[in-house]
Amino acid sequence: MGRNVSALISGLVFGLGLTISEMVNPAKVLAFLDLFGNWDPSLAFVMGGALIVTAIGYRLVWMRERPVFASSFQVPGNRSVDTRLAIGAVLFGIGWGLVGLCPGPAIAAFTFGGKPLFVFLGAMGAGMVLFEVFDRMTARASVA
Amino acid sequence: MENFTPIMALIGGGLIGLSAVLLMALNGRIAGISGVFSGAVFAERGDKLWRILFVLGLIGAPALWALFQGVQPPFEITDSWPLIIVGALLVGFGTRLGSGCTSGHGVCGLSRLSPRSMASVALFMGAGMATVAIAKSVLGT
Repeated sequence: MGRNVSALISGLVFGLGLTISEMVNPAKVLAFLDLFGNWDPSLAFVMGGALIVTAIGYRLVWMRERPVFASSFQVPGNRSVDTRLAIGAVLFGIGWGLVGLCPGPAIAAFTFGGKPLFVFLGAMGAGMVLFEVFDRMTARASVA
Repeated sequence: MENFTPIMALIGGGLIGLSAVLLMALNGRIAGISGVFSGAVFAERGDKLWRILFVLGLIGAPALWALFQGVQPPFEITDSWPLIIVGALLVGFGTRLGSGCTSGHGVCGLSRLSPRSMASVALFMGAGMATVAIAKSVLGT
């Protein structure tokens, strides 16, 4: 129960942050990526604001033994940069640059993005399903 | 730079950080949207409901904001269907292959100085900027 309510609240706060910083507007994000045009550095300030709070907040949180509603902190332990990570990041970056939407804003815009947003969400979901298929095929190939 | 909105960007960013800290403090999880979202479908049973509720919160916040403001948040997107579809496929596949997006790598990962996240952010920012520059020169805008 606590776990689900806290996820809902966390989602609401995240969505509010995206909304007031205007990161839910693809044109605003593309203006940040347009380094050689009419550059709008706002996205860097959004990242900066988020990083300050998270860098301090995480350290305070991790002084505790465990989270309030779970038995342990689940933090990725893998620190090695590999081909999958690099190719994935580049593919994501190209898609981001084509439209100006990454997953958070794409989901947050559900109630006001209209038909183009629904098409984007459908195709993004399809991309994620394609990854699951690819992941299972490569896992099987490496076992065999 | 006439559209630059540094104050609202910092406050909005601070709220995104607060959300990530809350999710870690309460549930011990990383607030990475691509992972939370795809896990709402593909995660094991018992690990799904909190993800669905997080997504509902993410959708609900701008809807509530619009209710109080009496106006929808601005949303300007390309009118090219091929661009939308190809872009979205790349975002979906790429974020899963690369284990994260702007939130998981960009906010949560960078704040804990993960080398994987630093590489990811440099690559997706670079690829995004290069794509915009190339698209502009090709389309001649």
